[in-house]
Amino acid sequence: MTQPAMDVSAGAPTRSYPLYLRDIAGVAAILVAGAAGYWLFPDNLALLTRIIAVALLVLSLDLITGYCGVASLGQATLFGAGAYAVGFACVHGGVTEPLTLMLIGAVAGATAGLAMGAIMLRAHGLAQLVLSIAIVQLGHEAANKFTGYTGGSDGLAGLSVNPLFGVFEFDLWGRTAYLFGLALLVVVFALLRVVVSSPFGVLCRGVRQDPVRVKAMGAFVFPVILKMFVISGAVAGLGGALAAISTQVVGLDSISFELSANALVMLVLGGLGTLYGALVGTVIFMAFEHVVSAINPFHWLTMVGALLVAVVLVAPGGLVNLAGKVGGIGRSKGSKP
Amino acid sequence: MSDLFRVDGLTKSFGGLAVSRAISLAMAPGERLALIGPNGAGKTTFVNLVTGQLRPNAGRVVLNGEDVTSLGAVRRVRKGLVRTFQVTRLFAEMTPREHVTLTVLQREGKATGIIGRFLGNHTVAEEVDDLLDVLGLVEKADRPVGEIAYGQQRLLEIAIALALKPQVLLLDEPAAGVPSSETPRIEQALARLPASLAVMMIEHDMDLVFRFARRVVVLAAGAIIFQGPPAEVAADARVREAYLGNYANARRVA
Amino acid sequence: MPGCGCEAASPTALHGLAVFMQTTLSIATDAFAYGMVLFIISIGLSLTMGLMRVVNLAHGAFAMIGGYIASYITRDLGWGYVPAILLGVAGTIIIAAPFERLLFRRIYGKPELLQVLMTIGITFCVIGVTNYFFGPTLKTIPLPDILTRPVDIGFRTIAAHRLFVMACGVGVAAALWFLIEKTGFGIKLRAAVDNAAMTDALGVRTPVVYAIAFAVAVGLAAFGGIIGAEFLPVEPYYALRYMVLFLVVVSVGGAGSILGTLVACLALGAVDTVGRYLMPDFGNFFFYAAVIAIVFAFPRGFFGRAQ
Repeated sequence: MTQPAMDVSAGAPTRSYPLYLRDIAGVAAILVAGAAGYWLFPDNLALLTRIIAVALLVLSLDLITGYCGVASLGQATLFGAGAYAVGFACVHGGVTEPLTLMLIGAVAGATAGLAMGAIMLRAHGLAQLVLSIAIVQLGHEAANKFTGYTGGSDGLAGLSVNPLFGVFEFDLWGRTAYLFGLALLVVVFALLRVVVSSPFGVLCRGVRQDPVRVKAMGAFVFPVILKMFVISGAVAGLGGALAAISTQVVGLDSISFELSANALVMLVLGGLGTLYGALVGTVIFMAFEHVVSAINPFHWLTMVGALLVAVVLVAPGGLVNLAGKVGGIGRSKGSKP
Repeated sequence: MSDLFRVDGLTKSFGGLAVSRAISLAMAPGERLALIGPNGAGKTTFVNLVTGQLRPNAGRVVLNGEDVTSLGAVRRVRKGLVRTFQVTRLFAEMTPREHVTLTVLQREGKATGIIGRFLGNHTVAEEVDDLLDVLGLVEKADRPVGEIAYGQQRLLEIAIALALKPQVLLLDEPAAGVPSSETPRIEQALARLPASLAVMMIEHDMDLVFRFARRVVVLAAGAIIFQGPPAEVAADARVREAYLGNYANARRVA
Repeated sequence: MPGCGCEAASPTALHGLAVFMQTTLSIATDAFAYGMVLFIISIGLSLTMGLMRVVNLAHGAFAMIGGYIASYITRDLGWGYVPAILLGVAGTIIIAAPFERLLFRRIYGKPELLQVLMTIGITFCVIGVTNYFFGPTLKTIPLPDILTRPVDIGFRTIAAHRLFVMACGVGVAAALWFLIEKTGFGIKLRAAVDNAAMTDALGVRTPVVYAIAFAVAVGLAAFGGIIGAEFLPVEPYYALRYMVLFLVVVSVGGAGSILGTLVACLALGAVDTVGRYLMPDFGNFFFYAAVIAIVFAFPRGFFGRAQ
């Protein structure tokens, strides 16, 4: 039962060193899992690539929800901004170089993140949540109605992308897309670990726990969260760009309330504020979805609902935290006088 | 003016209720001042007015000859006007070391960098160690704040404030909620505050006030009713009236 | 348009004016009736949010359940409209009771995020189960003859159903006002809203107050879902489709405020209806744009009490 590697955080003064090792282990784990996926499910690489794209979205949500404490039900806005920007650039603008397209996706996502953050941070609580939903719905309506640019409900189809580095063709089986996505995920994840371990990352955690204390430390709160929104937007935009390039089509579902809500579910399922939870939650949720929705999409909705209720009741800290304290499931809830 | 810090005619009312009435007060560098008063005298409102959480209806707050009345709370902190909280406001999941490091980095303008490592800066780490040492927090430096004793959390509040290198420090009931066995440690920490720092302490514990303060200001019903050395406070008729008035009246009626 | 506006107005201009008036009036009646439907459904949400501080995203699901029951009663059992309303409301409350007892009570006072997740989860479950039993098609609730006739109100005629909805809205507002301002229960309710712990200490059984308020809220949702089916058609995704609408109304109006909710409903109902009439293709687009603008301008709600 006792896992030796668990208690790294108990306070040696050189604490950052083991954490640093843990991040290397984390990146290695992603690579191993990714390679395993490649060999075990060669016929499902499109799904696996989709999982990576959504994992980027969930990571981006973790940045603002898990680290800054801003709940959003509209995170797919940033994902969709990246996806549609890549779609426009490729279909209407004739840009076909994949890395340039990724950059466009990231910049579009970051810009959308800046705007969305500036709007959402006006309000708190329910009003903030409502703003996030309204923003994603607005984006959805816009994508739906401006059919000339977006293809409306048919989606923006016909992205033809050049080979990666001029060599690796985006093939029919999705091998290139998957390996490219995996590399992207590893790079982004490593960079985000740097960001959340930086002074800025710690400051964000402070903002989440007590903004008043942060102000009394002489730090402004608004620009800090806004900055995180921009970073979050870039990450989500990369996810959208990956989805667009790998499937060669941008659908309305990439900027939808459903995707936003699912992203939040995946994040909470895995656990907030660790980045690892975002990955674990995404993989489990989407694998589950793949299996169940193949049987009946409406059963799937019921199951997600039940899953959510169960997570709130049993593991409000998410699976990553639950794994740490398997013994204590029944302790927190249950008996209320 | 040689005053380091000064408030002129600070006035605030909520609805029709005046909670601060033309409060004027000055502090020199190195001053040790205690602000006392019965419950509801307006002490917390006064702190909030001084630190910028509230805007006054009239009056000015002046720091180093500069009018800071129009500045927000964050900017006043950056100018050297720093407070602690009556009920600790700390990040339960972070360690004392992380709190103080974050504060030092913020003071140095490095708290929003996304590249550097949080604990990687050697000079910052030394300063943090010194501060933790001064306040006797070295042993608990790497435990989450949620797990350390309340008295130590109060000390950490002071450490954070000192990490900002303040010119004026407002201590809002530094010993509130601390078991009496731990009060001496707070008192020790207060005795070791930098000599040039002007400190205003709001406190109920009269022993602490008398040992710490060179000057006492008594606030009642939003106005200053007494200023002077601690020895004269107890003898002042208005102070007795403010603290004991209700009881005295009650006795008279009965 | 003919260019002469000086002499006796030409018949075409007069006709144009009449058409314009007619359109404006029918937009106004629709907007008002629609706003009232929003009000009836949302006021329960507003009160429970103000009272229990729960961000309840499942409120629309209860309105939908009411609609399904009423549709089943009128179409499958062939009973009348009035029993459909009564049984729809009662049935929804009965269905909702275990939700309150077993699930909602666990999230009172919990972090907002958990409340959002659980109530979204409940919404998903309700959608999935409804779909399983009733299929994905749209359900109608046939109106009785008396409500389908046009009614002459002097200068023009409007559909009786519209009048009925407006009357219900006004009635609900008045009844709630009476309940909250004039009855003993209202006093306990307001006290519990202001300070639950203190009210508890004074011997008021707040869980009971909560349960009653929850039942009233759910009943109103079901009522609004039934009589508003002409405006918000009953289908499985109802709960998700109109979730934002109800939340927006509450956040704009200020949780717990009857007047605020009423104003917000009428304003947003007007924006939505006008948008649909004038730009049918972009109706939702302008609605959400208006929502963002309003919440941005009034982040604490019209009357400053939103959380």
